[in-house]
Amino acid sequence: MLPCTGRIDESLLLKAFENGADGVMVVGCLEGDCHYVSGNIRARARVKRVYEILDKIKIGPDRIRMFNLSAGEGSKFAAYANEFVGKIRELGPSPINLARGGQVHAASQKETT
Amino acid sequence: MKSGSNLEKVLAAGHFSVTAECGPPRGADPEVVRKKAAYVKGNVDACNVTDNQTSVVRMSSLAGCLLIKEEGIEPLIQMVVRDRNRIALQSDLLGASAMGVRNILCLSGDHQKFGDDPQAKNVFDIDSMQFIHLVKSMRDEGTFPSGKKLDGAPKFFIGCAVNPFADPFEIRVPRLKLKVEAGADFVQTQCIYNMKKFKEYLELAKKQGLHEKVKILAGVTPLKSAGMAKFMKKMVAGMDIPDEVINRIAAEPKEKQAEKGIEMCIELIQELKEMEGIAGVHVMAIEWEEKLHEIIGGAGLLPRPVVE
Amino acid sequence: MITGTPKPIEEILEMLEPYDNIILAGCHGCVTVCRVGGEKEVQVLASTLRLAREAAGRKIAITEISLERQCDPEYVEKLRPYVSDHQAVLSIACGAGIQFLAEKYAITPVLPGINTGFLGVTERQGEWAERCQGCGDCVLHLTGGICPVTRCAKSLFHGPCGGSSQGICEVGKDVKCGWQLIIDRLKALNQLENYGKLKPYKGWHTSRDGGPRRILREDMI
Ligand code: SF4
Ligand code: SF4
Repeated sequence: MLPCTGRIDESLLLKAFENGADGVMVVGCLEGDCHYVSGNIRARARVKRVYEILDKIKIGPDRIRMFNLSAGEGSKFAAYANEFVGKIRELGPSPINLARGGQVHAASQKETT
Repeated sequence: MKSGSNLEKVLAAGHFSVTAECGPPRGADPEVVRKKAAYVKGNVDACNVTDNQTSVVRMSSLAGCLLIKEEGIEPLIQMVVRDRNRIALQSDLLGASAMGVRNILCLSGDHQKFGDDPQAKNVFDIDSMQFIHLVKSMRDEGTFPSGKKLDGAPKFFIGCAVNPFADPFEIRVPRLKLKVEAGADFVQTQCIYNMKKFKEYLELAKKQGLHEKVKILAGVTPLKSAGMAKFMKKMVAGMDIPDEVINRIAAEPKEKQAEKGIEMCIELIQELKEMEGIAGVHVMAIEWEEKLHEIIGGAGLLPRPVVE
Repeated sequence: MITGTPKPIEEILEMLEPYDNIILAGCHGCVTVCRVGGEKEVQVLASTLRLAREAAGRKIAITEISLERQCDPEYVEKLRPYVSDHQAVLSIACGAGIQFLAEKYAITPVLPGINTGFLGVTERQGEWAERCQGCGDCVLHLTGGICPVTRCAKSLFHGPCGGSSQGICEVGKDVKCGWQLIIDRLKALNQLENYGKLKPYKGWHTSRDGGPRRILREDMI
């Protein structure tokens, strides 16, 4: 958990994949509602950059996604999380985990907010 | 006489002069040049041969000049500083003069980005203004810019180009003045379609007495069609074609537009002929050299005077 | 500052083909400011390379180090204890820094991780623009503080050429005509008379054209 998605940078997101994540879901506040003004907007740009990197190195861009929610939307959060996990399960283990010899943490996620 | 060129003589004798241009081919076939030369011959006092215009590679200007010279036309070599450093410029000047080319147009050259080789390295060692000065000092002082003496000075009637329609307008006449001070004997203007703006420019130049120091040849290009006019207006940087001009040619049915374009060009030349400060016209019939006789004759400028 | 852009990851991976154990060296100077070769970029590039290589079935070990500057001998020295344990160094400093590493560590291959660009300024976050070509003989006092060598696409000394239209250069819609800028500034400074003088031919010998350049300040040695 981070106090603000604005603290997330590209290297942190990539580290998650290095540490064996099959997917990374970034959940930030609603745009326009950031306590630190533009933390979540910056996070979006960084997520996009990581999306592009993952695409280029053939890990698959869809393994990262950003969601925006307000603190009161617990059920929505659960729905998003289930949806994302489902999607990652469909994609299967990341090429990294496959290369590491199949110790698959299916849909292991790093929650960051 | 500075150069003894036919163009210089015609102008010195007070005649309204005519020049045209001839673009060399995209290949090594001399017949293309000879064919164009046949259309030019007898209609002009000198004929420009372009130098890799718009950075599209063509037969060299010097070779083109020699080919038209063989056909009995006085050549006017165009030389751009885009592709030559001062060493190559000096050397080409000596070569051109040795081969009997007596008129030169000193140009910057379009950026290589427009041509076949946008990845080429450009030169721009000296600019067109300094190039004018270089030619003049070689001709008049008989020395290289390094100060060393020349074994025979090159003889050139020195020209430059001006675009009265480029921006900023206020700097256009000061820039012409600078070119005159650098050593230009004559200038050829960008194609004129916007007469109102051109007159404004000419008035400012005349206020400085520039028309008495330099021969101003007004540039004209006959429009082949309304499409061509629209294309040039949109795509050629610094080309000013007012809507009235486009509307006038567009009002004609397609098959009559070329004829109209020629008629408009003749009218323009006739108007320019009457203007104080204009010493001649430069007719750029782009890939339409076969119409030169009709245009120049139509404007009452034929036959060309013979000055001894 | 000296600016640059990252090399495409595919190109870097190809360069690294022969190696399994490298140093990735960043620099805290210019390339940090223009966000292409600082500590952060080292982390991101290292992770990216590790992931790509592992996914391709051939791991690579990367030691991440950022130096204060790669263009100063005392900082470059700091890399020495590590170099012999690695097969190659991938540097994301400017071309000068990369070369300085290469000449200090003569038997270790040093590879470029960025494409070095130009001497420029940050016009706004994420946008840099060229301002100087280091011609070795500055004329900014004559041209209203705007460089004709750099800002005019043809490096003209008596512009603007006939291609200048509404402030835009003939080379492209998003390129301002350097000479329009010069004229505007000279006007604002009331120095338009500077325009009307023929300038001597530029001596390019003080620029790259004189061969590789060197500054020797006896007073400082
Ligand atoms: S004149 Fe030379 S030194 Fe001055 S800004 Fe331009 S390139 Fe740099
Ligand atoms: S348009 Fe302006 S900047 Fe571009 S080449 Fe001409 S003078 Fe230079």
